[in-house]
Amino acid sequence: MVMSAAAPAFAGQPTDGAINFQAPATGSMRQIVDFHNFILPIIVVITLLVLALLAWVMIRYNRWTNPTPRKFTHNTLVEVIWTVVPVLILVVIAIRSFPILHAQERAPPAAVTIKVTASSWAWAYEYQDLGVTVNSNLLPEDQAVAQQRPYLLAVDNPIYVPVGENVQVLISSNDVIHSWTVPAFGVKQDAIQGRTNVGWFNVERAGTYYGQCSELCGINHAYMPIEVRAVPRAEFERWIVEQGGSLEPPAEAAAETAPAAAPAEAAPADAAPAQP
Amino acid sequence: MAADTVDAAHDHRPSIWDWKRWLYSTNHKDIGTMYIVFAIIAGVIGGAMSGVIRWELAEPGIQILHGLPWVDQTDPDAAKHAYNVLVTMHGLIMIFFMVMPAMIGGFGNWFVPLMIGAPDMAFPRMNNISFWLLPASFGLALISMFVPGNGTYPGFGGGWTLYPPLSTSDLHHGGASMDLLILSLHIAGASSILGAINFITTIFNMRAPGMTLHRMPLFVWSILVTVFLLLLALPVLAGALTMLLTDRNFGTQFFNPAGGGDPVMYQHLFWFFGHPEVYILILPGFGMISQIVSTFSRKPVFGYLGMAYAMVSIGFIGFIVWAHHMYTVGMGFDLEAYFIAATMIIAVPTGIKIFSWIATMWGGSMTFAVPMQWALGFIFLFTIGGVTGVVLANSGIDTAMHDTYYVVAHFHYVLSMGAVFTIFAGFYYWIPKMSGYRYNSFLGTLHFWVTFIGVNLIFFPQHFLGLQGMPRRHVDYAEGLAYWNHISTLGYWIAAVGVGIFMLVLIDLFAVKRRAGANPWGEGATTLEWTLSSPPPFHQFAELPVIKPDAHH
Repeated sequence: MVMSAAAPAFAGQPTDGAINFQAPATGSMRQIVDFHNFILPIIVVITLLVLALLAWVMIRYNRWTNPTPRKFTHNTLVEVIWTVVPVLILVVIAIRSFPILHAQERAPPAAVTIKVTASSWAWAYEYQDLGVTVNSNLLPEDQAVAQQRPYLLAVDNPIYVPVGENVQVLISSNDVIHSWTVPAFGVKQDAIQGRTNVGWFNVERAGTYYGQCSELCGINHAYMPIEVRAVPRAEFERWIVEQGGSLEPPAEAAAETAPAAAPAEAAPADAAPAQP
Repeated sequence: MAADTVDAAHDHRPSIWDWKRWLYSTNHKDIGTMYIVFAIIAGVIGGAMSGVIRWELAEPGIQILHGLPWVDQTDPDAAKHAYNVLVTMHGLIMIFFMVMPAMIGGFGNWFVPLMIGAPDMAFPRMNNISFWLLPASFGLALISMFVPGNGTYPGFGGGWTLYPPLSTSDLHHGGASMDLLILSLHIAGASSILGAINFITTIFNMRAPGMTLHRMPLFVWSILVTVFLLLLALPVLAGALTMLLTDRNFGTQFFNPAGGGDPVMYQHLFWFFGHPEVYILILPGFGMISQIVSTFSRKPVFGYLGMAYAMVSIGFIGFIVWAHHMYTVGMGFDLEAYFIAATMIIAVPTGIKIFSWIATMWGGSMTFAVPMQWALGFIFLFTIGGVTGVVLANSGIDTAMHDTYYVVAHFHYVLSMGAVFTIFAGFYYWIPKMSGYRYNSFLGTLHFWVTFIGVNLIFFPQHFLGLQGMPRRHVDYAEGLAYWNHISTLGYWIAAVGVGIFMLVLIDLFAVKRRAGANPWGEGATTLEWTLSSPPPFHQFAELPVIKPDAHH
């Protein structure tokens, strides 16, 4: 297949030696990163508190510094404190946590809908409204090296999505369970035979984003990557046409799809009202 | 005294070289010893498998698995399948044939009767069959690795969770390997259910006079809660496994959507067993840590009732949180929100336990013998595994972490450093009682520190790999994940040296034969096993001990 354009410069993929999330590319993933930045200090402080208490009792209450052990076994006040304080911390965490789940689960109206079908071991993508079908397979190692693209992440036929618009993915499987994942998007949905799972994302920054199958699916589980290129609307439309698709909406659906396709209407992901 | 010599002469302890002593054994201490030896053997095999896994993952590409003798060197798919088989079997072996036999069968059998002042278990012959089913089960599991699993490739490579359709599909696992594995797990489950019945009966009916439930040592409490979880959870696994078996062989469609079945239903059934199972793996450890911390602080356990009922509530809540293993299957908002809330609640009783252990040491007079080193290491490392568990409980962020190495790091912190550290703590604590000999303290301390450094080096960097998005169970990975994988593998080699030092400890123990005496730990060791000789007589408590109300727990 002919590439309609060079790959966008930014690449969403693992960085060697990095210790945190990949840079978020969607509002959903930014929410996840924010939540992690909120919860990480809490768990670090709790761990350090336990470490400090352990160090203190080891220094202060050993055989040499405290030869005669005390015999108390109860202290109602501290027992109430170490029950109630964790409950309060968990409530605070939960208050921050539920809205993220809500935003992930309530997909806003989408400008582009892609039907993703997994099989062992490749992904098939169908832009049903636009008449485009793409089969994505692992890009073999020699070609990946030749094209300077990341082996095990790059695919032969990447999919394209428009930047700044809501994209809905309907995920299913032809055989065993797979999981469609793009870390930079904050999307991970199992692909299960006999059911269709819904995921959505709104990419904020043009780039090439990589993911991998995230549910053990047999021999080539590590060899069915996902590559999504987020490009400006014009380039996306050029790609659709190149793939033999059509941007003309079917007559009866025109009224519905037209506003969503207009860039001015495409609200940022996390500002979109949460509607099923 | 004359009575003593008569007692000794009537001890009836057969020679250890008499095979009938072991095969026909109805003695809880001999059966406990067999469980511990079995767990050590299974642990070495399962640990060697993780060594091959880490060696393979040291560098991007597939380099090591081609070298396995039963893997076709010219066929890359053979190596990939072999990797999946190793990942699967490492998990199953460590859970069913290492941690469970060591904690419940081994230490539970040895010390529950001793601690409650009973002469033996309630059903000694059932105890025998509980043990001997396990080598049969383990044998079937090992054989399953060498019979056709996926086409001609040997072994089952669908993960320890055995999810259908991967485990039922002819295309992926048509061979007999999976059927052998189902039979193996059925037998292991039967073994555990029989053991659970035995422990419940023993603890409820055979406590010495005055040993009320609220005076039982916390280790006995922990085993009691654990065996109730076993009794309630394992039949659900057995049902799910049987449905897999009939789906595979007899044309049923329980988990096949084309026939009206549902693969996600299997996941619900499996995790309804699987989540209590992870508490089964850690609760006996909680009990051991309570005994050890109290002994070496020379101070009674802080908040005894809180500790006991924290375990009861962990056991109860453990049954209603299972779907947090399945956040990505598409459950919808309401269900996920419930499982977030229920899961986070577990942090409360667990926190009570951590802080109560620290409060037990507070004001104490601590010594740092080897068991105490492992116990202190456990408290710290289990806390790390616990707090990442709170992170993962949140479905929103779990979207990014599910099925990545962050999860691998989390459950190895609670199991490979949690459960395994408690097993070593319990081993060093009780080996003088079990063998009659003291271990070499220098080697024991070295074992602790080498293992501590090794396992942290293996698993801490895996949090970073998970955050960067590296999925679990991938035989190969992108260049961008090379650095921390390399560090992780270095950690494995250090931990492997630790296992070697443990072997030296064992050799030294039985070669040097330092006499331990009845109670090597002094006044802090107040439970009944320390009132007996080391090793205890072949049959103990011919005259039942009487427990006074003011006895320490």
